[in-house]
Amino acid sequence: MNGVNGHGHRALSLVPKTDAKQTLKDFKTDQEVRWCPGCGDYAILAAVQSFLPELGLRRENITFVSGIGCSSRFPYYMNTYGFHSIHGRAPAIATGLATSRPDLSVWVVTGDGDALSIGGNHLIHALRRNVNLKILLFNNRIYGLTKGQYSPTSEVGKITKSTPMGSLDAPFNPISLAIGAEGTFVARTIDSDRKHLQSVLRAAAQHEGTALVEIYQNCNIFNDGAFDPLKDAAVRDDVTIRLEDGQPIVFGANGEKALRRTNTGAFEVVNVTDVDPSEIAVHDAGNPDPSQAFALSRLDQPAFTHTPIGVFRNVDRPSYDEEMRAQMDDAVAKQGAGDLAALLSSGDTWRID
Amino acid sequence: MTKQVQQLDRVIIRFAGDSGDGMQLTGDRFTQETAAFGNDLSTLPNFPAEIRAPAGTLPGVSSFQLHFADHDILTPGDAPNVLVAMNPAALKANLGDLPRGADLIVNTDEFTKRNLAKVGYASNPVEDESLSEYRVHALPLTSMTVKALEDFDISKKDAERAKNMFALGLLSWLYHRPTEGTLAFLEKKFAKKPEIMKANIAAFQAGWSFGETTEAFSVQYEIKPADHEPGLYRNITGNTALAYGLVAAGQLSGLPIYLGSYPITPASDILHELSRHKRFGVRTFQAEDEIAAVGAALGASFGGSLGVTTTSGPGLALKSETIGLAVATELPLVVVDVQRAGPSTGMPTKTEQADLLQAMHGRNGEAPVPVIAPRSPADCFDAALEAGRIAVKYRTPVILLSDGYLANGSEPWKIPDVAALPRIEPDFAPADQEDFQPFQRDPETLARPWAIPGTPGLEHRIGGLEKADGSGNISYDPANHDRMVRLRQAKVDGIARDIEPLAVDDPSGEARVLVLGWGGTYGAISAAVRRVRRSGQRVAQAHLRHLNPFPANIEQVLRSYDRVVVPEINLGQLALLLRGRFLVDVIGYNRVRGLPFKAEELAGVIQDVIDSE
Repeated sequence: MNGVNGHGHRALSLVPKTDAKQTLKDFKTDQEVRWCPGCGDYAILAAVQSFLPELGLRRENITFVSGIGCSSRFPYYMNTYGFHSIHGRAPAIATGLATSRPDLSVWVVTGDGDALSIGGNHLIHALRRNVNLKILLFNNRIYGLTKGQYSPTSEVGKITKSTPMGSLDAPFNPISLAIGAEGTFVARTIDSDRKHLQSVLRAAAQHEGTALVEIYQNCNIFNDGAFDPLKDAAVRDDVTIRLEDGQPIVFGANGEKALRRTNTGAFEVVNVTDVDPSEIAVHDAGNPDPSQAFALSRLDQPAFTHTPIGVFRNVDRPSYDEEMRAQMDDAVAKQGAGDLAALLSSGDTWRID
Repeated sequence: MTKQVQQLDRVIIRFAGDSGDGMQLTGDRFTQETAAFGNDLSTLPNFPAEIRAPAGTLPGVSSFQLHFADHDILTPGDAPNVLVAMNPAALKANLGDLPRGADLIVNTDEFTKRNLAKVGYASNPVEDESLSEYRVHALPLTSMTVKALEDFDISKKDAERAKNMFALGLLSWLYHRPTEGTLAFLEKKFAKKPEIMKANIAAFQAGWSFGETTEAFSVQYEIKPADHEPGLYRNITGNTALAYGLVAAGQLSGLPIYLGSYPITPASDILHELSRHKRFGVRTFQAEDEIAAVGAALGASFGGSLGVTTTSGPGLALKSETIGLAVATELPLVVVDVQRAGPSTGMPTKTEQADLLQAMHGRNGEAPVPVIAPRSPADCFDAALEAGRIAVKYRTPVILLSDGYLANGSEPWKIPDVAALPRIEPDFAPADQEDFQPFQRDPETLARPWAIPGTPGLEHRIGGLEKADGSGNISYDPANHDRMVRLRQAKVDGIARDIEPLAVDDPSGEARVLVLGWGGTYGAISAAVRRVRRSGQRVAQAHLRHLNPFPANIEQVLRSYDRVVVPEINLGQLALLLRGRFLVDVIGYNRVRGLPFKAEELAGVIQDVIDSE
């Protein structure tokens, strides 16, 4: 299967495959899942567990690394190798693993607090380096595990335990941030839409380099209904823009709306019947110039008037892992394999008899 | 003209100048010449943290001290016999260390009114009587260099910059140093700038010839080669030796080394060195910060590399949470802290030993970590290898406490026979075990299995949450937590059975006073002990390489002496541990000046304790 832009299999080419038939069950552990009943994390877990068999990878060559937070319990429920690490640091730890083990498929599971607050630095650097990591960012716009403080993606004015008069922070838009951080694969999906979620995971898995997948995830305890406009059957088709590479960006229950690029570079929503078809923007995820993907990301505002989902950006750039391996190979090719005795006695030496 | 040749058994030279004057390079070259000649030697570079402090000012002074001798020496020397001062600032900053009668070579060209005023000299000390107790050699080094290079097609500035080579040539003549190494070095360094290369060589030779012909120097000195044991030698700094030790740990274990590091003085040279050794399977990753650096190293260890991170005190503080995770997940990790003066940013280029308690206790919860400290620049090789051995064998982070003095200082190193170095067995968990228990311990070492991703049948999850003994599943069981805390402690304590006992040097066997040190103070303490013994007194000496766990016999050693003196470049951190652990009333000697101890001061301290017996 090819990536969205027909990229090859580079990302997983070095990961051993299995001929044995895998099912969702193979990826379940004997550990009791301990998220709150009704949490969006259950749906994501089931979607990932039922998607992984289609990659056909040996289970022992898959590793999930997480930070701290509700979402970061994820590895305990995956019957693969797993590392539940430190708050915010999963991308750093996963970078060490992925850059030293090309035979592994390394996934990072993180949340909006973990990835964008305490771990913001590691996230942006993983993205710019293009390390071979698939980062699943569960965005519920709230701190769940610490029981309900506002997060870096909470809307301004959010009333929480730590902001009784409303939060003052302007939120991050994770997609804009990732594109700005030189991300090569940036996508968004929703916990409740398994088909879409899995289609995005499919594209992410095949991407060489860092894939950031933002997953809108409902926290039914501390921020219930945060994404209702995208889920409510009555309005969701009017506000959800499903991005498909190479296709005109058209949406609405009957495809009656479209996006047109204005002369400022931003997008505006138009009625299909009001414009010439040539004016309707065509999605181009593989465009090396990130400005169109960025403009798309700006359509998403806290009120969910228009929210694009799907793959915003998917461009080909050598991964950090590939480049690191190339330097290592090059060093051996040019200088030969290391000889410890020769190294120790390099430089000015003298002999005493 | 034929000059008189005088034999000396040892000399201490200090080159001092502006940080743009190339004093480190000059010192380094003189050191290489001296090493090649076969003297024993020890060096002490001392430079400002600023890359180029304002020219001619006191903060901009950079110096390099070299002690070399025809016998085994232990320190870079307390006070220089010869000071080369390239400008008034260098003179002023270093004169206080110069004993009466010492040789003083000053570059008079730089002693201008303006430069003198910059450092507060009202009159020129070279011309007034203020230097009368020294043997002053007032030489216009800059103008002599420029004159020697007038036929070269180079700028005046480039000609002036070669004055350090003129000075090196002069000193090389004065002390009979071999010159081939320096000539070869210059040819290589300036290979792409042939005219500059020729000019520097000419300046070097002009300095040599000047020594031979001038009447300013009537005596030439000779220091015979030292009586080293047979073998192949090289000169090595602590940071290079440490980097080589890590490469060796990789080669001897068959594990790829993965260095995650963030640049920090005085540890960056280890990153630089290791980044050049990719053909040994060494991966180096310059991370976005100290936390990511140790995180990547730990992630690599999870994957079956030997993860290493290198830093200095402020960086160790940032890494502490991840080191705690390494304790909890019981994965191998080598954490190198090249200590510098603190707290906070402190004095980045100056040495200190004040991170011992941070290494011991600087983590939340009960998080024991083995701590190892090298004793000399060359010993950094063995200490790094030992850190790697313990990390792998016991599946634990190990903190290696070097310091700024060891890192930049150098000494001759007898290159070890690679075949004789001990192997390290990674002992990965074998695949396809029934009911694999990731925290089932080896009964002897208490180490858990190292089951790396890619091993079929051993898929498991680890993390910072408390784990059930054996299965490794998350556990909040009170009794289990108590057991796991004690097991982790017992594992580290048990390493005492696997390390050398504390060796005591007590030639007469009748000393009543023991001097106990750790880490980079070994040279100064040993030199002090020699002095005390030469004066007919008895004193015993022991030096700790392992700070955690302590060697098994340490309590017995402590109790064998009436008094125990513990000199440290901190306010008594080892002393606190010894008192707390063994209820022994040790006597601390503590100075935190950013400089190594002087042998003379320690000899005085030891003498005072002996006298008070």
